[in-house]
Amino acid sequence: MGALSDFSVLRPASAADAVRLRGEHPTSRFIAGGTDLVPNMRRGLVSTDIVIDLGNVGEMRELQHQGGTLRIGAGVTLATLAADPRVRARLPALAQAALCVAGPTHRTAATLGGNLCLETRCQYFNQSESWRQGNNYCMKLAGDTCRVAPKSSRCYAAFSGDVAPALLALGAEVELLGPQGIRRLPLAELYVDDGMRWLALGADELLFAVTVPLVAGRVSGYEKLRVRGAIDFPLAGVAVVLRRDGDALGELRIACTGVSSRPEFVGGLDALAGQPLDDAAFAVIERQIKRTIQPMETTTVSVPYRRRATPVLAKRLVRRLWDEAKRR
Amino acid sequence: MKTLLTLSVNGRPREDAVAGNALLIDYLRDTLGLTGTKQGCDGGECGACTVLVDGQPRLACCTLAHSVAGRSIETIEGLSHEGNLSRLQRAFHEHLGSQCGFCTPGMIMAAEALLRRTPQPSRDEIRAALAGNLCRCTGYVKIIESVEAAAGCEEVPA
Repeated sequence: MGALSDFSVLRPASAADAVRLRGEHPTSRFIAGGTDLVPNMRRGLVSTDIVIDLGNVGEMRELQHQGGTLRIGAGVTLATLAADPRVRARLPALAQAALCVAGPTHRTAATLGGNLCLETRCQYFNQSESWRQGNNYCMKLAGDTCRVAPKSSRCYAAFSGDVAPALLALGAEVELLGPQGIRRLPLAELYVDDGMRWLALGADELLFAVTVPLVAGRVSGYEKLRVRGAIDFPLAGVAVVLRRDGDALGELRIACTGVSSRPEFVGGLDALAGQPLDDAAFAVIERQIKRTIQPMETTTVSVPYRRRATPVLAKRLVRRLWDEAKRR
Repeated sequence: MKTLLTLSVNGRPREDAVAGNALLIDYLRDTLGLTGTKQGCDGGECGACTVLVDGQPRLACCTLAHSVAGRSIETIEGLSHEGNLSRLQRAFHEHLGSQCGFCTPGMIMAAEALLRRTPQPSRDEIRAALAGNLCRCTGYVKIIESVEAAAGCEEVPA
């Protein structure tokens, strides 16, 4: 790893101050846990002259039960999220996804907001300067061609955060804090299907909090495909939220990560409500997932494998949750 | 530009002029000379640089020094007491948990955080707590046995 370039650190005490500083310094970057940003800065993938450290912003570390929702500050660490009894009991997909991120020494620092805004990844991008130079760079940084799709006019780097699909499946909203105040939008609208500009976050906006509805009768879970049991980013990740009405599906919501430039909510599953979970239902699940995802050669693991494995992960998880819902 | 960093390292309050872009690992090793914290992969993938920040295991190679201002840092050097090895250090020595030794400080600090949180961990809990720490020598069995020994899960020879 290379040395960090010269920058100064600003440590605001409030989110409003953080946003004001961001407005005053357009080339600055927010930093929270730093577990993704610091290695990227050391590889020369990200450069800045001013870092705005959010570590002193206590209001972003609050986790509150408000009526029928759980409001989670973007500064809550993934370790806290994975261990919180309310999250584990009511939103198990979120707790499981948080527990799947990297290793335990990352999760004590890494935050919810950081994982939701995670830089997209690609085997042609997350490399040393000399490696990238030897490959004549790529579109995402310093080059003009996407190495995984050379004829494409866009970058296909993969979004690889684990928490986003869980929150998409759970129907979360995000609060974005800007100079004009808070703007709320469904989490799905935070993302853009472009490896270079994957966040619809304004230049002076800060991801402030996430609100997750607590819906009675739902069971949920998250499954991750990776080479090792820890540290690795997902080759594919699937979150499932399921509600069972007797022997029929009441509700089925699925979202994926690691297989597109944004976390993808799988559409077209509404028609399964009221239907039994039979072979025809599993065929619909597989078809809709394959229609939604677009794995590319962003990792060393092959595209056909990830394309086949993603619906397998989903179907296993749906089956497990279906049985779990019956036991309740 | 250097600015004043105030924090506690191994129980001692410190004030040092530290550059904004200094990493915690560079501050510990280069400014304070605490070279027990190892620089392994240097990219957050091996856990050799694990230290405790307010009792929580953190990767010093991914942490800006100024981001831990006002916090309490513990390194491997802070574990021994009056020249005596800590229970984990002694267990790693006696149960061959250390071979080349490069991963050992990180392993011990991650295990120390576990034993403070869970004094009698199961084998699965030990494996989960050390999942972010890589060792290329031992195959992990001796490391896990060492942590079990330190936790009193088996008799420690006198």
